[in-house]
Amino acid sequence: MSKIWIIIQREFSVRVKKKSFIILTILMPFLVAALVFVPALLANMKSGEKNTVALIDVTNHYVSVLKDTTDIHFVYETTMKKSFQQDGSPYDAVVFIKGDLTHHPDAATIYSRGEVPHAVEEYVNDKLTEKIRNDKLSAYQFKDIKQVVADAETKFSVKTARWDKNGNTTVSSSDIAGVVGLVFSLFIYMFILSYGGMVMQGIVEEKTNRIVEIMVSSVKPWQLMIGKITGVALVGLFQFVIWILMLTSIVAIAGSVFGVASTGAMPMVGGMSSEIPQVAGLEWLHIIQGMNFVEIIVLFILYFIGGYLLFASIFAAIGASINEQQDAQQFMMPIVLIFIFALYAGMFSIQNPDGPLALWCSFIPFTSPVVMMVRVPFDLPLWQIILSLVVLYGTSALIIWFSSKIYRVGILMYGKKPTFKDMMKWLNYK
Amino acid sequence: MQDFIIAENIVKRFAEHTALDGVSIRVPRGKVFGLLGPNGAGKTTLIRIINHITMPDEGTVTFDGHDLRADDMLSIGYLPEERGLYKKMKVGEQAIYLARLKGLSEHEARRRLKIWFEKLGIMGWWNRKLEELSKGMQQKVQFIITILHEPPLLIFDEPFSGFDPVNAEILKKEILELRDKGHTILFSTHNMSSVEEICDDIALINHSKVVLQGPVDEIRERYKNNTYRVTIPAQVSFFEQSVCEVLGEETKGKEKVLTVRKPEGETNSQLLSHLAEQVEILGFEECLPSMNDIFIRVVADNELH
Repeated sequence: MSKIWIIIQREFSVRVKKKSFIILTILMPFLVAALVFVPALLANMKSGEKNTVALIDVTNHYVSVLKDTTDIHFVYETTMKKSFQQDGSPYDAVVFIKGDLTHHPDAATIYSRGEVPHAVEEYVNDKLTEKIRNDKLSAYQFKDIKQVVADAETKFSVKTARWDKNGNTTVSSSDIAGVVGLVFSLFIYMFILSYGGMVMQGIVEEKTNRIVEIMVSSVKPWQLMIGKITGVALVGLFQFVIWILMLTSIVAIAGSVFGVASTGAMPMVGGMSSEIPQVAGLEWLHIIQGMNFVEIIVLFILYFIGGYLLFASIFAAIGASINEQQDAQQFMMPIVLIFIFALYAGMFSIQNPDGPLALWCSFIPFTSPVVMMVRVPFDLPLWQIILSLVVLYGTSALIIWFSSKIYRVGILMYGKKPTFKDMMKWLNYK
Repeated sequence: MQDFIIAENIVKRFAEHTALDGVSIRVPRGKVFGLLGPNGAGKTTLIRIINHITMPDEGTVTFDGHDLRADDMLSIGYLPEERGLYKKMKVGEQAIYLARLKGLSEHEARRRLKIWFEKLGIMGWWNRKLEELSKGMQQKVQFIITILHEPPLLIFDEPFSGFDPVNAEILKKEILELRDKGHTILFSTHNMSSVEEICDDIALINHSKVVLQGPVDEIRERYKNNTYRVTIPAQVSFFEQSVCEVLGEETKGKEKVLTVRKPEGETNSQLLSHLAEQVEILGFEECLPSMNDIFIRVVADNELH
């Protein structure tokens, strides 16, 4: 037992002391925070540059709608002048309206020496569209038509609420739950693949270094394997904890410093902001607060450990059987396919978190970590969580046992690349 | 005195072939035991079995009077043929790690390592990564790691490969010193001259079987074929063949060395006196076959059958 502990210490400290690990661990939260805040900040900031635009309206009908904004200053001109085209011109763009737009939609043009400023084009389009619509409506000559249309034009978003066990209602949103779930399932996908890969890389390194021969003269191969898998898992958990702590504090600090409401920023973690447009700003806070993050994080850790043990031990067996990193490809293929399938299953589960696909994939240990992370924010029945965890950990234990048998033989085999059949034979070696 | 390792009827089969087929060896306590054999004969498999790395399909290994068990690993120091350490890890840190796995405390490992690093002149490399060291220095580090926990049994697989002659000599001295301190040494090699110099006993394995075993002196005695080297002055040209058969002659400066076969039933004194009647004798010694010759002969014989 103490030998495994010594191995765990080494595997952990070697990786944690690596420069690449330190840099990634520290930078990642800032990168994520930057992804969240920079667009928010940019959106809040005005560009500062003011466009001066000449407006030539032959009809004189549209002048009233095109007014100065904070970004655009309109100067009324009567005729198109040659000087507008020259570099010395005071205008960034010229809006030229030469006829009635209701009947001749192509009668307006924006001229510019360079690219037409996007803000100008957008503003002009918006205002003219509105004006033309109003003109068309007026042409019908119904009484109060504008008020009727304005009144009819609404955006609707249903309010969703959830009863908890005490019968209280909390605000909920399946959109938000889906996004939170997806973020966590992407996290677990990333963690399992990258840390599982790290186990394999470490084993291949030991094998090609030939140090494994010395190691197995001091410890039993299974001790070495378990020590390595555990050590790497601790590295993963360590990184996860640091990230969570750093992200929480960065979001809090940056939120107060830049004045970007954290209610708006939180759901954008992972750059998913576009998927959740219909919920009004303030509701976010209630919805996010309504979610049980402690439960989600505890389950994340449980599923990470279970899924990691399962895949890392498969990776360990593969790593022990091959001679070079490149040989891993053929064995990696099926594993990556399983993961991609799990991710798809997870995404479909957002639409229908209690559907048959979601349900079955929650109990298949190879897909359950990813799929369950999507479903957890939707409040699952406890029996499903327990059953899925039991199946996951049971399978992991079995796979670890199998893998240690293959590992034990594989690490001392050099030369030709073994086939799957060879590896099965190794199970029977004494 | 009891033998330190007794391996009896070891059989080890792999999918395609039998690596060891009823191999028995006895390694005497406090001696250097040479395990010889061509490549692929099964030496490494036998060493792994004694190391408790792999299990035999049949047969037993007795270690210091009891059946070999897992914790005997701590009583063995093993220098594998394929050398390897963690390339990216610092030398000192790495040596302490491996010593701790052999049961030393961190403190004790550090103390002993310092002594050895000073002794072999590599103290300056303590905080360097292994990959920065020259091959020879890496070998030294590995040797120190092998013997640091002072195990009663040391197993060296081709210890001299990769060492330059100067360092090989240092290593040889260390090995003999360890033997004199009472360590039992199992030593696998195809370097036959080193066998003659440092091995007390040998076993020769060929095609998964032991084909020759015993003390080196005895074996060389057994394979001698009544030939002697006689040194005479170079100017003597005539030599009467009736005294003994001359197998070869070689002139070295003012001396000529004859290789002769002693007639059956004659003693050394009788041969010498016959020779002395004819020529001045500058030197006389018995030609013992080198281990190299014996090795080749036994293996070749073995191939025939």
